[in-house]
Amino acid sequence: MSRFASRLRKQALRFGRRAKSLALYIFLPVLLIAVWQGLYETGAVQALLLPPPSAIAATGWDLSISGELARHLGISLLRVLEGFALAALLGVVLGVGLGLSRPLDRATDLLIQLIKPIPPIAWIPLTILWFGIGEEGKVFIIFLGAFFPILVNTMDGIRQTDVKFVELARVLETSRLRFIAKVVLPGALPSIMTGMRVGMMVAWMCVVAAELIAASSGVGFLIMDARQMMQTDRVFVGMIAIGAIGKLLDVVLKKIERRLIRWKGAFQ
Amino acid sequence: MSGAVTTGADIRIEGLCKTFGEGRRAAKVLRNVSLTVPAGSIACVVGQSGCGKSTFLRVLAGLETTYDGSVLLGKQPLHGPGLDRGVVFQEHRLLPWLTVEQNVAFALKGLSRYETRRCVMRCLKRVGLGSCARQYPYLLSGGMAQRVAIARALVNQPKILLLDEPFGALDALTKLQMQQEILALWEQEKTTLVLVTHDIDEAVFLADRIVVMAPGGAQTVKETIDVALPRPRDRNAAAFIALRKEILSFLFDQEKKLRRKA
Ligand SMILES: Nc1ncnc2c1ncn2[C@@H]1O[C@H](COP(=O)(O)OP(=O)(O)O)[C@@H](O)[C@H]1O
Ligand SMILES: [Mg+2]
Repeated sequence: MSRFASRLRKQALRFGRRAKSLALYIFLPVLLIAVWQGLYETGAVQALLLPPPSAIAATGWDLSISGELARHLGISLLRVLEGFALAALLGVVLGVGLGLSRPLDRATDLLIQLIKPIPPIAWIPLTILWFGIGEEGKVFIIFLGAFFPILVNTMDGIRQTDVKFVELARVLETSRLRFIAKVVLPGALPSIMTGMRVGMMVAWMCVVAAELIAASSGVGFLIMDARQMMQTDRVFVGMIAIGAIGKLLDVVLKKIERRLIRWKGAFQ
Repeated sequence: MSGAVTTGADIRIEGLCKTFGEGRRAAKVLRNVSLTVPAGSIACVVGQSGCGKSTFLRVLAGLETTYDGSVLLGKQPLHGPGLDRGVVFQEHRLLPWLTVEQNVAFALKGLSRYETRRCVMRCLKRVGLGSCARQYPYLLSGGMAQRVAIARALVNQPKILLLDEPFGALDALTKLQMQQEILALWEQEKTTLVLVTHDIDEAVFLADRIVVMAPGGAQTVKETIDVALPRPRDRNAAAFIALRKEILSFLFDQEKKLRRKA
């Protein structure tokens, strides 16, 4: 009986801890919303410049019900996935190649260092010239944004192969191919996944940027279009959706990462 | 590990010298090491840390490519790394992303999947870890991880087993257990065993021949002592204690000499 009671107490304690942690997690956003709504109620700010959370929520609801928000988000998401898939494929393949070969790395290093700092947005003018304002251009911008983080992190991961494992492979006369497959690549996986997550974030930012400038659909276009109509609440709905989707994408990638890197016991 | 008698190879070392670096920076780590380890016997290398024990073992493992002198393994001159030697490092060096079973299988090549699994499981059972085959290394205790490393070193049935302070990082009790276990394995496998340790007790318990090393002087190996005590050895026997004392005081003397010179 007392064992049951103690188990109950333990569960209550755990529940309490979780609730506290959750409260801490959402405290700031909730506070922000409350203050924001308060500002509106006191008439301190103009609704046209800063619409209250209540109005934004109502507009968000309308846009969701009509399917307009989902349509724009879907289009943006599709572009991101296309560009990201391309970047992930090329970034990992090239990163592994460059990480394994010193001469290849040396030969490409300067070029990569020069192109990497150019922000994807600076490519937009060229992209419009080359691709027009069609889909290819946007996918290209996204690709550019996601490619470098994935490339660089993959190379880093490959190069960080532990010398101790190199020695082990020598002692065991492991073939080079097997060494790469069983030691180098799995060892680089955490770093590659970091690159993927950063790349995904950049890709998501890039799609919005690209759509702000040249698009007739997508969540970036939704925002720009609303600004021209002075529909500030729609601007906010679009922005919040962008943040939410970005967070969601990261959560998904983190889940995949955890699944792939199970062997790192303390990985939480 | 077919159960049939796999005989170890003897090791004959003649005038082995190993220097790191060049010119004024050159560090003579191994000086004029001459030593024979009979086939199927256990040699323990003892000495304070930094005296070149690991370097010595790395030469035998084929990891150091430049050295002077001659090393014969069986009838073959030493030539690079090879599967005729199994190596256990001080840390287990298990690949963290492979399960225990996969880690041992990593040492095997050219076998069918079925054969591989059979070999691996037999080796794991031999070190008492048959039930941990599917675990990842992070779940293993230090002693268990080192047992897996030993299984990995044994899976190719090496003629010579080289161990570099394999129990150095283990707690006292596990260490004693592992010493018993390595003896049992050696009695089954009949390999030649070279074990580096800084633990004199361990050396006296295990060795047929103890090789005492110390830095400096014209020769790195200061003395080789043949241990004739019958196995299993009693750590409390008078002869055991006397031998341990002798080696310890010898090492202290060496250290004093070295300090006087410096
Ligand atoms: N790769 C290396 N380059 C230069 N010096 C080394 C190298 N490896 C070992 N040494 C030196 O050789 C000496 C002996 O090292 P080691 O064989 O590891 O000693 P032990 O295993 O007995 O502690 C040390 O002084 C160490 O600094
Ligand atoms: Mg050492």
